[in-house]
Amino acid sequence: MENKTAEIHHVHASIDDHDVKPKEPLSLWFFVGVLCLGYGLVLTPVGIYEFSHPPSVVLANLHAAFWWGLLMTIFGAFYTIRFRPGSGR
Amino acid sequence: MGHTVCLKEKQGMPFAHPVMATLLASQLTNLSGIDILILALYFVMVLFIGFYVKGGTNTSEEFFLAGREMTAWIAGLSFVSANLGSLELMGWAGSAYQYGILATHWYWIGAIPAMLFLGIVMMPFYYISKTHSVPGYLQLRFGEGARGLAAISFAFMTILMSGVNMYAMAVVMQTVLGWNITFSIWVGAITVAIYVMLGGLRSAIINEVLQFVLIWAGAALIPILGLIEAGGWTNLKAQIAHNVGSNDYTHLWSTLGTFKGNPMGIHWTGIVFGLGAIVSFGYWTTDFLVVQRVLSAKDLRAAKMAPVIGAAFKMAVPLIVIVPGLLALAVLKNPDGSLMHLVPGDVARATGQHAYDEVLPLMLIRYCGPGLLGLGITALVAGFMSGMAGNVSAFSTVWTYDIYGAYIKKDAPDKHYVSMGRWSTVIGMLVSIGTAYLVARAGSIMDYVQALFSFFISPLFGTVILGMLWKRATKQGGFWGLLAGTVSSIAMFTYVELGGKAALAHIALSPDAQPMAENMYRALWSWLICVIVTVVVSLMTTPKPDSELDGLVYGATVIPHDGARTLFQKPIFWAGVVSVVFIGLNILFW
Repeated sequence: MENKTAEIHHVHASIDDHDVKPKEPLSLWFFVGVLCLGYGLVLTPVGIYEFSHPPSVVLANLHAAFWWGLLMTIFGAFYTIRFRPGSGR
Repeated sequence: MGHTVCLKEKQGMPFAHPVMATLLASQLTNLSGIDILILALYFVMVLFIGFYVKGGTNTSEEFFLAGREMTAWIAGLSFVSANLGSLELMGWAGSAYQYGILATHWYWIGAIPAMLFLGIVMMPFYYISKTHSVPGYLQLRFGEGARGLAAISFAFMTILMSGVNMYAMAVVMQTVLGWNITFSIWVGAITVAIYVMLGGLRSAIINEVLQFVLIWAGAALIPILGLIEAGGWTNLKAQIAHNVGSNDYTHLWSTLGTFKGNPMGIHWTGIVFGLGAIVSFGYWTTDFLVVQRVLSAKDLRAAKMAPVIGAAFKMAVPLIVIVPGLLALAVLKNPDGSLMHLVPGDVARATGQHAYDEVLPLMLIRYCGPGLLGLGITALVAGFMSGMAGNVSAFSTVWTYDIYGAYIKKDAPDKHYVSMGRWSTVIGMLVSIGTAYLVARAGSIMDYVQALFSFFISPLFGTVILGMLWKRATKQGGFWGLLAGTVSSIAMFTYVELGGKAALAHIALSPDAQPMAENMYRALWSWLICVIVTVVVSLMTTPKPDSELDGLVYGATVIPHDGARTLFQKPIFWAGVVSVVFIGLNILFW
């Protein structure tokens, strides 16, 4: 298993910093985007509903679910599109 | 319900806090349909990733080291996320409530210098030696004795820690949501076993990055809304000073001049030399669970950058851990509007009040309605599961490479070791489940399991750092130093357990020292003993020739250029930036 003579590989240091694995058609960031987008699309309608039916939490008047849902939708959509399969990233 | 759980971080003592929380008999809240949908989406995603990644996980390099093709960002986020478990989040939020901003030391001086040192000084040796594990490096540098000692202790404790994580998740789910303990243990274990068995380290890393994003998505609203409610940081400090009758809770360093001057009962020397110089370096530079993430980097520059990126994100974590604990001192109220007082776990069990470690769920429930609550709970579940996955993937690597492949079946085909990696994942999870039930029957086992890590981490750091920086260190010196440091740590622990306060005063050098100080000073002494024994034995024995140390030790190795061509590509530049911010933050909150 381990080479006892400490075989040294002089590492080829790539300066190419793409966040992509050649063998993996789907980027990790695509998964991040899809999950955040999914959560954003669930939270935003909940937040809209809470404008008329505020939850019994502190600072409900700030409509955190709506704004957080919107933020996650935008973040998730950006990553989903940017790292979608076939985008070359 | 009577179950006790010590909410400590998922891997080791460096970040373990002293609170023994007894969670309450009554559940804190219920999940709505929307919350359950959010939780279900997470489970679907992680299982999909496991099945998806399996296709690209055929060789041992791919299974155990994710093919060594992770970018600096992925390896760095995974590196910091492997330590960002739910036990840590809940435990240190509770500690912030109990001790104030002092708890931040475990995130800043107790992490940042060590992470930068790993990236800039140590990573080149781990990476160019092409070792698969930290015990593997010890084998290359010091031979089989040191490797065997480190591998067996690591494998044993890692699998126990996975069980501790599993049990802790089940108890938290029961306390917060009223879920059945057996249901939580088995659902969590089966899910983790499936995705790690299928995708190995790659699957674990992807899920750790997802978990990192989820934790921020689920927890960041607490400090944001909390600071709005408190009226900003200045008003928060004033309210805390008024409520606790002291300004000490919001100062990082100014109260550490004496053991008595701060609620933690610790002196600045313990924080700087015990936590900052030994415990933290031991954990972040030699604990294979975190180092394995960086070994997956695609090239030397990525391997050096990953800990630097991890350090930058680590500095931000107190926002979602420490700030909620501090906010609770100011804004957490009972239903009648009076200030809520959280208490130690044993008191909570007797009086029915809430315990320190419940501060994070309490703050979550305070601000988050349906949907957002589900997101927060999903983040906690993701943190627990990623803790199990981290432990079990590190266990399967060390078991397969450093125990099975080294002592039981050498020179088998690569495919055989991949198969062993998958099987050891499943068997490891079954052992973890057994541990979880064992802990459920005898809660004190959990404390001892977590204490076990502290026995090995500091001496291991002594052995590894001498091995990397001192050519004269010999095979015999490495082995006997590691053994002496470990035995002395166990002896000091036993001495304090049996001798109580008087023994603690001897170890921590002050009659005013609190249990937290014992960990710091025991680490310091066991490290010193390891180093002294290693040096003395090495000077009495014959060293290896330089030609056999190439790629393993400074002074005998030509380190290859990492490929950075501009200033902004240099890891040392970014380490400097992180250092400046780190120093600035400590001055800001002095």
